[in-house]
Amino acid sequence: MQWETVIGLEIHTQLATRSKIFSGSSTAFGAEPNTQASLIDLGMPGVLPVLNKEAVRMAVRFGKAIGAQVAERSVFARKNYFYPDLPKGYQISQYELPVVGSGVVEIVLEDGSTRPVGVTRAHLEEDAGKSLHEDFHGMTGIDLNRAGTPLLEIVSEPDMRSAKEAVAYAKKIHQIVTYIGICDGNMQEGSFRMDANVSIRPKGQAEFGTRAELKNINSFRFLEKAINFEVARQIEVIEDGGKVVQETRLYDANKDETRSMRSKEEANDYRYFPDPDLLPLEIDAAFIAEVVEGMPELPDARRERFESEYGLSAYDADVLTGSRIQADYFEAAARTGGDAKLTANWVMGDLAAALNKEGVDIADCPVAAADLGLLVARIRDNTISGKIAKDVFAAMWAGEGSADQVIEAKGLKQITDTGAIEALVDEVLAANSAQVENYRSADPDKQPKMLGFFVGQIMKRSQGKANPQQVNELLRRKLGG
Amino acid sequence: MHNKTIAELSIALRDGQVSSTELTTQMLQRVKTHDATLNSFVTVTEDLALAQARAADERIAAGAAGPLTGIPIAHKDIFCTLDVRTSCGSRMLEGFVSPYDATVVANLQRAGAVMLGKTNMDEFAMGSSNETSYYGPVRNPWDTETVPGGSSGGSAAAVAARLCAAATGTDTGGSIRQPAALTGITGLKPTYGRCSRWGMIAFASSLDQAGPMTRSAEDAALMLAAMAGFDERDSTSAQRPVDDYVGALGSPIKGVRIGIVKEFMGEGLDAGVGASVSAALDELTRLGAELVEVSLPNAGLSVPAYYVVAPAECSSNLARFDGVRYGHRCTDPKDLEDLYKRSRSEGFGAEVKRRIMIGTYALSAGYYDAYYLKAQKVRQLIADDFRRAFAACDVIVGPTAPGTAFRLGEKADDPVSMYLQDIYTIAVNLAGLPGMSIPAPASDGMPVGLQLIGNYFDEARLLNVAHQLQLATDWHRQAPADFV
Repeated sequence: MQWETVIGLEIHTQLATRSKIFSGSSTAFGAEPNTQASLIDLGMPGVLPVLNKEAVRMAVRFGKAIGAQVAERSVFARKNYFYPDLPKGYQISQYELPVVGSGVVEIVLEDGSTRPVGVTRAHLEEDAGKSLHEDFHGMTGIDLNRAGTPLLEIVSEPDMRSAKEAVAYAKKIHQIVTYIGICDGNMQEGSFRMDANVSIRPKGQAEFGTRAELKNINSFRFLEKAINFEVARQIEVIEDGGKVVQETRLYDANKDETRSMRSKEEANDYRYFPDPDLLPLEIDAAFIAEVVEGMPELPDARRERFESEYGLSAYDADVLTGSRIQADYFEAAARTGGDAKLTANWVMGDLAAALNKEGVDIADCPVAAADLGLLVARIRDNTISGKIAKDVFAAMWAGEGSADQVIEAKGLKQITDTGAIEALVDEVLAANSAQVENYRSADPDKQPKMLGFFVGQIMKRSQGKANPQQVNELLRRKLGG
Repeated sequence: MHNKTIAELSIALRDGQVSSTELTTQMLQRVKTHDATLNSFVTVTEDLALAQARAADERIAAGAAGPLTGIPIAHKDIFCTLDVRTSCGSRMLEGFVSPYDATVVANLQRAGAVMLGKTNMDEFAMGSSNETSYYGPVRNPWDTETVPGGSSGGSAAAVAARLCAAATGTDTGGSIRQPAALTGITGLKPTYGRCSRWGMIAFASSLDQAGPMTRSAEDAALMLAAMAGFDERDSTSAQRPVDDYVGALGSPIKGVRIGIVKEFMGEGLDAGVGASVSAALDELTRLGAELVEVSLPNAGLSVPAYYVVAPAECSSNLARFDGVRYGHRCTDPKDLEDLYKRSRSEGFGAEVKRRIMIGTYALSAGYYDAYYLKAQKVRQLIADDFRRAFAACDVIVGPTAPGTAFRLGEKADDPVSMYLQDIYTIAVNLAGLPGMSIPAPASDGMPVGLQLIGNYFDEARLLNVAHQLQLATDWHRQAPADFV
């Protein structure tokens, strides 16, 4: 039997507001437990929530970024369940009337083709705290610093048909939310968490199969692995004559498997109802217009602009606009570098390699964008060769100063004086008369390769500083003559 | 001195006839003498009261006193009070000390009022007799074998017995007005949103409202002026200026149209209470008011709708009392489930559990539409009824409660009969309107409450009508014989 996979994702993005969604406490990550929990976050008797307008602004920004309807009126609802890290015994969320309605994002598949994925809705809600199971000797510690942190839950349509498509979609959402500055996208710190609803059906069948929900996946790699494991598991269950049961499953990255967390029967009845402590959220056209006004350039538009404005290839433009911070870096470097293509090569080449090797995020890059641009400018104006530039870059990375400072300190300025280069050429030819004879008697189509020997010798003598083009030209002339 | 109203005490304080310290000391002494019988206070904050009284005396001496400066009052124990125990009448919060002040408490403190302590109440404000309190029932000073009403029974009894000049209360379905009626005092439930709910332990958030309990309409105006106002910490509080309630007290009521709700004057109303209400209406007519009949055709649905909405909200509001962060926790929990079950089973009393169960059921999957959603629709119908009624009249007047104070234990085993205590008051909460109870002539020596219902934010008019009636009568001046 041929099986088709059907996947829908729910993505919880932590909004990058300074304070919580219903209290004034800080949302900063990593503070001492319970130092960022106010009376409201602790769910003390008699406290009331007050909505953070900035969280609304961010939700609207997302809605407009994916071309979705922003609801003029949405309603906060209580989702009731007991858990120790849920201080009020309910989570304030949105249920029947979410702030963002349906929209669409385009995902790019591996073969370069694109495909639309529907976003059903996105709603605002508060995060829960954390239960700490270590260090308490058979007891559980509760840290409510995260309680009340604003989340935007983005729910997709069941439009994806493979783990790869799901990953492409998740990456697209990640790109959008980080581009528009509503989420820091930090997956290790839990700022971007994914739940995948996975089911299979015989190819050609219209109805969906029974789905399993894979909870709390915090990396794209795990998302792909978890879905692939789950699909294989479901196929096996059905082909063995069994039935997939609707349940929540947890992906265990260490064992690379999913396992049952709770079945539908054990699922909570959340008893949603409109939160009487909060008025319906009303968003007027002026507010939306203000948000649109402040909207940064979106990734797709920026990619197209990189192609047209900088003359970059589609591939280069796509890579460089992969993240907003990388695109910003490139643009800043290109401004001082003066050569977009060369700058692009450096950002995607040596810089990316160094970042990758050292495991550093581009946000923490030790070489500032303007400094990289200056290095590119020095290649352009022939102060140094591309080869020497690699050494200069390494020194810059090591903190030895700007391109000019390194060139100066190490005496790496390129030799472009024709007389000086000619002297070097003459020296090398004189010292290698046998090779000169060989060259001259060789087959013309073998000569270019043999030329490399002389170039190498000359560059060595000049400590790499001789302008390679001039060296080549002079050599060809003298050897030919 | 203890028989004086706030308005009278304010003059006495200003004129130096008495200091706030003397007054406060005297009131604290009265609490000691009488509260063993009444059980109206759960906490007496003697040191704090005397310190506040001294500060008030300084303010009075400096000529910076307001009308409430130095006036001894009490707060219903539903209001959070900084560094003072706040129990909400429940074992669940036994020994809980609040880390902050409710806005209403802070507002009254800023106005210079002196807090004598915290008053007893039905557990989490769920009850109409003050018998559901973990701290024991409160007795009615008019007849200590009877209940004072609830849930603000402690505040009502304390004000009626002259243990404090005024007290705060809260009203979700009648919890200020019904005890005010049963103890012969004046109680006002303002328009929903007029007083901040910040720091007021929630029972049913869409219905709860704080208000004053006093011995005159004038005092209620003085108290409400300090309590009311927009609060940015309560999203449901009204962003509109507070009217000059005291300034509005002087208008004659000639020509004021008094609406009589025909559905409120028939079956189920005690004959004595009916006669008393009629006497009050006659007096209003004598003062020049015009009586018009109005109808609230959906009023009969208010009790059932209320007993869906209020329990639904309470089932969620009380989920935070889980034994994890504060409040009662069972000993040696086996596991999480055991911690929840035993802490909540031990911490909550029978009435609270009953309402949590009702509310959980009403919100559960498959029942939500039939109960919660339908009840919300009924609420809208009731609000529409009132809107039509207020097109024909300015103030609605009728009985507050169907009878006078009943005996302790009389309705304790019959929740439905207890729930019907609020048959005339509940519709007002469902619509979010202001309502007031003031004394009408007594029936068989027991107080009767006259309910006045106003349009939204029409507290000033309500207070004035009540004040005009009180200027012309002495019903509100009657005091329980053993406590004068």
